[in-house]
Amino acid sequence: MSTSAIRSYLPPVIEVDAENELLEVAMGPHHPSTHGVFRMDVALDGERVVRLKPVFGYLHRNHEKIAEKTTYLASMPYTDRLDYFCSMTNNWAYALAVEKLAGLEVPERAEYIRVITAELTRIQNHASAIGFLMQEMGASGTPLMYAFREREKILDLFEELSGSRMMCNYMRFGGCRVDLPEGWLDRVSRLVAELPRFVDEMEALLTGNEILMARAQGVGVLKPDLAVNAGVTGVMLRATGVNYDVRKVDHYGIYDRFAFRVPLGDHGDIYDRYMLRVLEMRESIRILEQALPQIPAGPILDPKSKPRGFRPKPGEAYGRIEAPKGELGFYLISDGSGNPYRYRVRPPSLINLTILEDMCLGQNVADVVLIFGSVDIVLGEVDR
Amino acid sequence: MLGEGILKGLAETAKNFAGSFVSEERLTTVEYPEQRLPQIENTRDFPFLVYDGEDPMAGLRCVSCQICEKECPPKCIYIVKSTDKKPDYVGKAQFYPTRFDIDISVCMSCQICVEVCPFDAIKMDTEFELSTSDRFGGLILDKHKLAKPNSYYQKIHPTEAAEVDGRLEEEKQKLEAKAKAAAEAAAAKAAADAAAKNAAVAPEGQA
Repeated sequence: MSTSAIRSYLPPVIEVDAENELLEVAMGPHHPSTHGVFRMDVALDGERVVRLKPVFGYLHRNHEKIAEKTTYLASMPYTDRLDYFCSMTNNWAYALAVEKLAGLEVPERAEYIRVITAELTRIQNHASAIGFLMQEMGASGTPLMYAFREREKILDLFEELSGSRMMCNYMRFGGCRVDLPEGWLDRVSRLVAELPRFVDEMEALLTGNEILMARAQGVGVLKPDLAVNAGVTGVMLRATGVNYDVRKVDHYGIYDRFAFRVPLGDHGDIYDRYMLRVLEMRESIRILEQALPQIPAGPILDPKSKPRGFRPKPGEAYGRIEAPKGELGFYLISDGSGNPYRYRVRPPSLINLTILEDMCLGQNVADVVLIFGSVDIVLGEVDR
Repeated sequence: MLGEGILKGLAETAKNFAGSFVSEERLTTVEYPEQRLPQIENTRDFPFLVYDGEDPMAGLRCVSCQICEKECPPKCIYIVKSTDKKPDYVGKAQFYPTRFDIDISVCMSCQICVEVCPFDAIKMDTEFELSTSDRFGGLILDKHKLAKPNSYYQKIHPTEAAEVDGRLEEEKQKLEAKAKAAAEAAAAKAAADAAAKNAAVAPEGQA
């Protein structure tokens, strides 16, 4: 690789007026815009960002090491607490990795339940991500509360199913923990029938809004080659125009059976990311509309799966899914004992955050908050 | 026209604001302590111990096998196993927990203890108003506080409890049938032995 090619991946050097002194600002860890405990050490030349250093680790909980010291099943409730907005998809990614490791088969009905819960999770995650972004833009409350109103309906359904709104702990190796309660599918169908109206409402509220366009278009631009080289995934990557969706690429679960499109952006700016989230909600609704009538009867758990004394044979496996925030993967090595020899999470939030400086350099300090918000992270997953 | 998008958005909020006076459905919140939403059946928060019969300590289903203590991810369960056995609710001699504590300040409500329990002895509660001013003693529940009757379990999780009761009843019947069969077999064997003895004795008598 030539030096110029390498240089293109480095953050641009910002020319600084030697007369001016730089102002160093520590944004966070207790700043309302930081989605938790996250610090950015920002150096400013006037209003312009010259340097930005992300500092994370305040919420480190030793998840991976704890998982190596405990049984496979006991890590399942801890995965809920990674990205606490999307516990269903976290469960799925971990279950998928263990299923690959132990060679478990997932029954048909369980696959459908997984798709339904994962797409509901995606809808509520994207709705609240948009809400939080608007909150940071200064639209205090209204879009966020609209998003939370819908999210609450979805979380109520999750509570009926799994017993808990956010910490679902629902999926098991080779299926799901319990079968659907009576009438649950009808209630989901009713909700899915109402959801397009909610997305329309969100779009009427925001899409054409001049303030949103003025603040979001052309701000925080991410180049496709940088995004690919940094390993950025999910909405962040697709907003730059790279067609990469693990649901389409990896064919995990039963996503092959559903017709849905992968929306792609053009500019890689904040507005594209917002628009992509709206479009992905519509596609998720489409998947749900197809999946709900098709769901078959039958068992929900592989009979080979057992809660106690679970010992997969030695080997390694990497299970990945398209979580709402990007590619979520779990890498496991088994040495044949009851606990994994190595347990590693590939957290989309952390990896999408690594290019924060590149997007922020040269922008105004007020836009840093927006760019950071458009990445859509949860600190529980960044720090683990 | 500049400002069209903003006006469209404002019309949307106005519709929602006005609608909340007309339609009950648009009022999505309740005023919590006075108004309460109906309890969702599968809700779980902290575990409790199920007992049968009248006396909580005598009727505990827990036989102190300590599987839940071992499998609990945050290790919030502490059990001391008894050295002697005492009859459980069906009259079978079993170990019992002399001490069973759950620290609910550590418990993360994952219900893995419920899944791994082979005796249906531990189940999830739905009681959530547990705030206390004593953060040390008040949040460690001992077996007296944890013990709750089977009727309470049936009240909070009717579907699940019906299934568990059905299974337990079946097992009990199976056990009884087995005991009966064993008794019958023993009786038959005794009778056969006696007959054999008689048969063995009889020739002697004849002789």
